[in-house]
Amino acid sequence: MDNMNDVKRQTLAMLVDNEPGVLSQIARLFSRKGYNIEAFAAGPTENPGVTRITIDVMADAPHTELLCNQLRKIYPVHSVKWLNAESSIYRELMLVKVRAETSERRNDVMQLANIFRAQIIDVSLQTLTLGISGDADKLSGLENILREFDILEIARTGVVAMERGTATINDESKERGEFSYGKNVL
Amino acid sequence: MKLSGADILMECLLEQDVDTIFGYPGGTILNVYDALVKYRGRINHYLTAHEQGASHAADGYARSTGKVGVAFATSGPGATNLTTGVATAYMDSSPVVFISCNVAENLIGKDSFQEVDSTGIMLPITKSNFQVTDVNKLADTVRKAFAIARSGRPGPVFIDILKNVTAEMAEYEFIPRREHKAAGAIRSLYERSLADFKVPAIDEEDIDKLVEMINESEKPMLICGGGVVRARAHKEFNEFSNLVDAPTAITVMGGGGMQGRNPHTTGMIGMHGSQASNIACDNCDLLIAVGCRFSDRVALDPQSFAKQAKIVHIDIDRSEINKNIMTDHHIIGDAKDVLRMLNERLTQQEHTEWKNFVFSYPTETVYEEGGDTLTPKQVCDTIARLVPQDTIVATDVGQHQMWAIQHFHFDYPGQLITSGGFGTMGFGLGAAIGAKVGNPDKMVIHVAGDGSFRMNCNELCTEQYYNIPVITFIFDNRTLGMVRQWQNLIYKKNFSETTLDRGPDFVKLAEAYGLHGWRVNNQKDLEKAILEAMDCGEGCVIDCMLDIDEMVRPMVGGGSHITDFMKI
Repeated sequence: MDNMNDVKRQTLAMLVDNEPGVLSQIARLFSRKGYNIEAFAAGPTENPGVTRITIDVMADAPHTELLCNQLRKIYPVHSVKWLNAESSIYRELMLVKVRAETSERRNDVMQLANIFRAQIIDVSLQTLTLGISGDADKLSGLENILREFDILEIARTGVVAMERGTATINDESKERGEFSYGKNVL
Repeated sequence: MKLSGADILMECLLEQDVDTIFGYPGGTILNVYDALVKYRGRINHYLTAHEQGASHAADGYARSTGKVGVAFATSGPGATNLTTGVATAYMDSSPVVFISCNVAENLIGKDSFQEVDSTGIMLPITKSNFQVTDVNKLADTVRKAFAIARSGRPGPVFIDILKNVTAEMAEYEFIPRREHKAAGAIRSLYERSLADFKVPAIDEEDIDKLVEMINESEKPMLICGGGVVRARAHKEFNEFSNLVDAPTAITVMGGGGMQGRNPHTTGMIGMHGSQASNIACDNCDLLIAVGCRFSDRVALDPQSFAKQAKIVHIDIDRSEINKNIMTDHHIIGDAKDVLRMLNERLTQQEHTEWKNFVFSYPTETVYEEGGDTLTPKQVCDTIARLVPQDTIVATDVGQHQMWAIQHFHFDYPGQLITSGGFGTMGFGLGAAIGAKVGNPDKMVIHVAGDGSFRMNCNELCTEQYYNIPVITFIFDNRTLGMVRQWQNLIYKKNFSETTLDRGPDFVKLAEAYGLHGWRVNNQKDLEKAILEAMDCGEGCVIDCMLDIDEMVRPMVGGGSHITDFMKI
């Protein structure tokens, strides 16, 4: 079993109001508490006006809990879920531009792309651009192999994640009620 | 009704029953000050000497009245001068709405004159903050700001309004405060987390579990934190303390949450806690902390703090649970509601033997009197004997603050106004002015050190101009006493930059501001000065001379075990 105090990559998903300043408020919280954001992804949700953010951070379990608690306290933050690696799915999108100036090179890259189920998105006489989605390990796997070639540029979206099965970020729990209590404006 | 942004702001303040504002005008907030004239009589504005003074006054007003304080400032330096006051209010959970105006929309982001990213600066020191760029959203934002400031765990909220917004016209409709919850932005805050507009219930099982723990405990102890004061739950807390029959300590912020003369009181706990408090904490088998966040000045060493006890934390803010101290049980709720529920379910406990043990240790420090200076206890006791019992005490930060909390007995929330969390020197005078404005029928005294007083003594002019009769007591030891104490004990008497052997003459300073001043170094003169000061009904400064090496006793070093009292 993992040790509680092992520092490892933790994934936090949260729903926040889509308002100016909210992202910086959340980002500030991490830096204020001494944590670096390893990955950050934000995008719209099924509710207009609500953004879902997924943040990866290196931390041990107790400090991750504290970070979640501090996040839950911010008014524009609706809910926060600390995702469990075993019961969640993770996806990330990566674009890689590699130098491939000969047909031989291009073939090699395309074969590798096939193995990883990456797509060739753009071709020029000097370069190939691949697109791949998957979990972070798969993306890093392709990246490592392509190091043999000349990588010109990489863009990764940062991981987005969600729990498996029926569980959602909106599930009510006693703890969630306790946080809502403090934010209640009655 | 079509109104300008500035008028809408005024109307929104009236919706909130705001009748008092502390502030300082400037270029960008001119439209608001222009509108203020029309509202004179309904909204009184107090012009301070400095925005920092205004920020502390609004804070002191809020703490002493329980209402939301309001402070105005202009853009740029106006807003940055507020920040110390904002952080002070934030650390002590004081409900204040700070309003500043920023440069107009066409000048934003151009490093214009007196432009600063004020919402950015305020971000980590406010409960929430807003920039209003659309006049149609102004009323909604102000309503939301007040709701957030006063609800849950209270705290400061900052609103930055662009100058053009204060001039633009928009439709305004008066909405009484009780209906705000169904209006606009606030409605969305409710609907988000709650199915209906009800205060969520406190978990009964959690309450029952604590009742059981109390019934099983033989050596219970209570800590009264600032949450009791903010919730104005002093009656409930006293009843709780009596029912549990437990020694009860206060934190700095908890002063006034527990009746100072209740026989269960052990005084302050922590770094300058009484022996009784700290030893009780070390020996109890159940520690119930209400509205207290186990700061590093209370739970000096989190690992060994109350190590024999089951720790129960009652707080309104879930994020405080297990933050500084790992707890065994917690209850989330407003202190007043939680304590009321507990009191209903509790039967009278009896812990005479345990209390006898705890109270065999002193709850107050005795100082040797005599010589040509006063002792801290002498000053406090003399003041307490002569002023009315419900006198409000506002303090600055340092030795005098600890002495005031150790030796005065506070009976109700808002009686002690002190910067506990942020430790803001220079807080007291502004706060005392705010408290007096909010409580014209009560006597307000300001307890200061010579260092703290020198920081913001410019507010004496506010006192004089508006005839706000606050009596300032300077615990004058011609040094930054608390820092000197640390230098004395920890830094081998290397008194680096702490000796204040310099002016001004505080008596002459008071007189220069048109106020009265006395310098005293013995009890008889002190008594005489207090009586004359109370009699004159104007602002006064009484400069009390103390020995330069007087120390706050007892003291436990930071990070040390709570009973490792230093040899002083």
